[in-house]
Amino acid sequence: MDVTFKIRRRNPDALGQEKPYWQEFVLADVDPTDRVLEMLHRIKWEQDGSLSLRRSCAHGVCGSDAMRINGVNRLACKILIRDVGEKVQVEPILGLPVIKDLIVDMEPFFDHYKQVMPFFVNDDPVPADGRERLQTQANREQFDDSTKCILCACCTTSCPSFWANGHYVGPAAIVGAHRFIFDTRDQAGKERLDILSEPNGVWRCRTIFNCTPACPRDIEVTKAIGEVKLAIRKGTNVGIIETSAIH
Amino acid sequence: MQIHKHDAIIIGAGGAGLMAALYASKGGADVAVVSKLYPTRSHTGTAQGGIGAALGNLDEDKPIYHTYDTVKGGDYLADQHAAKILAENAVEAVIELEHMGLPFDRTSERRISQRRFGGHTRNFGEELVRRACHAADRTGHMILQTLYQQCIKNEVKFFDEFQVVDMIVVDGVVAGVVAIELGTGEFHIFHGKASFFASGGWGRCWSVTSNAHSLTGDGAAIALRRGVPLQDMEFFQFHPTGIYRMGILITEGVRGEGGVLINSVGERFMERYAPSAKDLASRDVVSRAIYLETRAGRSIKNRGYMHLDVRPQTVNRYFAEEGRDRGDFIDDSTVERKLPDILDFCRTYLGVDPVTEPMPVQPTAHYAMGGIPTNIDAEVVIDAAGTVMAGAYAAGETACVSVHGANRLGTNSLVDLVVFGRRGGMKMAEFVKGADWTPLPKDAGAWIEAEFERIRSGSGRSRPGELRAKMQATMMDNVGVFRSEETLTQGINDLAELRDRFNRDLHIDDKSRVFNTDLMEAWEFGCLLDLADVTARTALERKESRGAHSREDFKKRDDENWLAHSLVYQQGEMNDPSYEAHFDKKVDLSLWEAEKEAGTPEDQQRFRPVERVY
Repeated sequence: MDVTFKIRRRNPDALGQEKPYWQEFVLADVDPTDRVLEMLHRIKWEQDGSLSLRRSCAHGVCGSDAMRINGVNRLACKILIRDVGEKVQVEPILGLPVIKDLIVDMEPFFDHYKQVMPFFVNDDPVPADGRERLQTQANREQFDDSTKCILCACCTTSCPSFWANGHYVGPAAIVGAHRFIFDTRDQAGKERLDILSEPNGVWRCRTIFNCTPACPRDIEVTKAIGEVKLAIRKGTNVGIIETSAIH
Repeated sequence: MQIHKHDAIIIGAGGAGLMAALYASKGGADVAVVSKLYPTRSHTGTAQGGIGAALGNLDEDKPIYHTYDTVKGGDYLADQHAAKILAENAVEAVIELEHMGLPFDRTSERRISQRRFGGHTRNFGEELVRRACHAADRTGHMILQTLYQQCIKNEVKFFDEFQVVDMIVVDGVVAGVVAIELGTGEFHIFHGKASFFASGGWGRCWSVTSNAHSLTGDGAAIALRRGVPLQDMEFFQFHPTGIYRMGILITEGVRGEGGVLINSVGERFMERYAPSAKDLASRDVVSRAIYLETRAGRSIKNRGYMHLDVRPQTVNRYFAEEGRDRGDFIDDSTVERKLPDILDFCRTYLGVDPVTEPMPVQPTAHYAMGGIPTNIDAEVVIDAAGTVMAGAYAAGETACVSVHGANRLGTNSLVDLVVFGRRGGMKMAEFVKGADWTPLPKDAGAWIEAEFERIRSGSGRSRPGELRAKMQATMMDNVGVFRSEETLTQGINDLAELRDRFNRDLHIDDKSRVFNTDLMEAWEFGCLLDLADVTARTALERKESRGAHSREDFKKRDDENWLAHSLVYQQGEMNDPSYEAHFDKKVDLSLWEAEKEAGTPEDQQRFRPVERVY
């Protein structure tokens, strides 16, 4: 089948293309099971090599190719033509400055991530037997969902609160903090909760729920944010997630 | 050109690069990580099934068993001393990863959980052992995230989306690298006492591959152009279970959990090819079996693929036949819990639910056993005698220690990058303390800048995408699982024609500076082309079959003539290179020699090269 792509473009370094504009491309012989990324590649490789996008693994694991496809944040490699139809509109994700075509400046996004202490902290001496720290599988699973995050920015750039205020750390950073706050081996939960209770922390979330369906990894983002809010309210990370609910 | 000065420049921010960055900074070095991707985009993140280490948390296990499996898996081309270091260091490296917070799955004793994987056995091949430490089926993702997080904690300096395109060598000493800042198109020089290549593999030489689009072998190609030989390039692994046509990897962990390969007549055919290990024989063995079944007319719908079946009723039926304990039996929730990403891939891309349907799989180009030759401290060596190139380091897939020999075992890629990234990082920290700065030559970066201008201004008719697709097709057809003089010669001729078009008939559409992916892809194609060429040429010269290198005209392994590593050197002009391969680098057989010295009777020697049977 033929599929028409309408792509939002901009090249600050090419005469007449400095301002954003739309461009249409038509592809023939498209199979419904083709990935949108493959079709963008066909446009780039067969029609216009200047079409610019980021991509790497092409199967939804590296998080490079987040874009707005028919108005919804998606990874181009994880959405098939049969899911988007014969007319496909592709734009850069919203809320981050556009560099060129579908490529946005990711620095503000990673800066927010780095603000929430997204790293394991445990200053106790390691076990005397030289082996691993112990953890039950139930405790391990408390934060399993948030370990799936690939930092693609689909959630943060679908969030109206983030669009309204770019200083808001955003859902991805909160998921990044959640992964450690609810890890029983970690010791910096309180510091992270303090960071997230600041004005641009978790309370900017108005529970709009855009983030959850935007996540290509099916992380229950809004739920994770809710758990962090609850932990701040209760002043503890203990007893927030019912471990008995897991297995 | 802007010049940055750091003790240690690390090229690539996957597992090996980040591990080296952490340990070099801990050792006091001023480190800069230069990467064409944001670190979390690196291909380490796609590794699924696990990282092998003889922790013995579920089954009795020892590093020497892991060493044996690695050497045997490599069809005796692995350096035995290096394999021993790999297996021994794996244990402490995995424990260190846990201490860094890596969320491994847990046993009922609250320890790191382990699963079975192809070729990993207890007591020198006696039975399969649970050795692969896992975090669901996204172990690589967890390793990459954990290491990146620790780098943030340790304030490691990153240059993200800076693509390294050349290396500066002054009188045989490496003085740094040249990179393009993708966002601006500007060239930068990174002046360092040490340069560490952790830039990944080159699976994009082939059309069906599990590898990311960015795996274009930049580091290996750059090194080859600047006088470093590449080792064992003829050995490239095809993973038996890629998603049909797409090549996306389906982890061996599926078979580790009991999944089986089934042909068009409903037969579990691996029982014939590997009576003992069956579906968990080493990857080269399983990939060849799939091709042979296909030739015999037993592929599904005669289309060259097999079914990978992990439906609980199938798995439990075979478990029962094998007399496995009922406690091992699986149900739907086991599959959901242990293989969530695999289920997601199949449901998304195929509309197939592995809990109720088998998955269509075919071999997919997966992993380079060869690469930049190094010693066990990740120092680059440039000849058969092991002469070190001062200031040059490499680890991970781009390097060849060699621990994988002619065929890598599953999980050992993660072990390799963690172990040798770590060792290299430490060694480099020590090196930069004593080393002097090598002054930059006046024309540093000039050649590569001109080369990019040549590509940008080309006015021919050939698009890089078209040339790349042709290269990938000829590599798949002629330099794949099975090779012969005829196919390899065809491949070499096709590549020569493509090189000619690349040099004389290229054009790109995008002439701008900012984030010019058209330009970068064209240059990357040049890297792939060089590596494809040396792969085909060394494969043509190696007249035996060993591990992943399977010659239809030389079907047997020939230790008398070919138990040696290959080293291929570039000669001639940069854009019109010729290559010379030598097969004179000795394989380290020290474990076998120690057995002989100790008077171990021949039939009890574990490390004597014998015929591989699984």
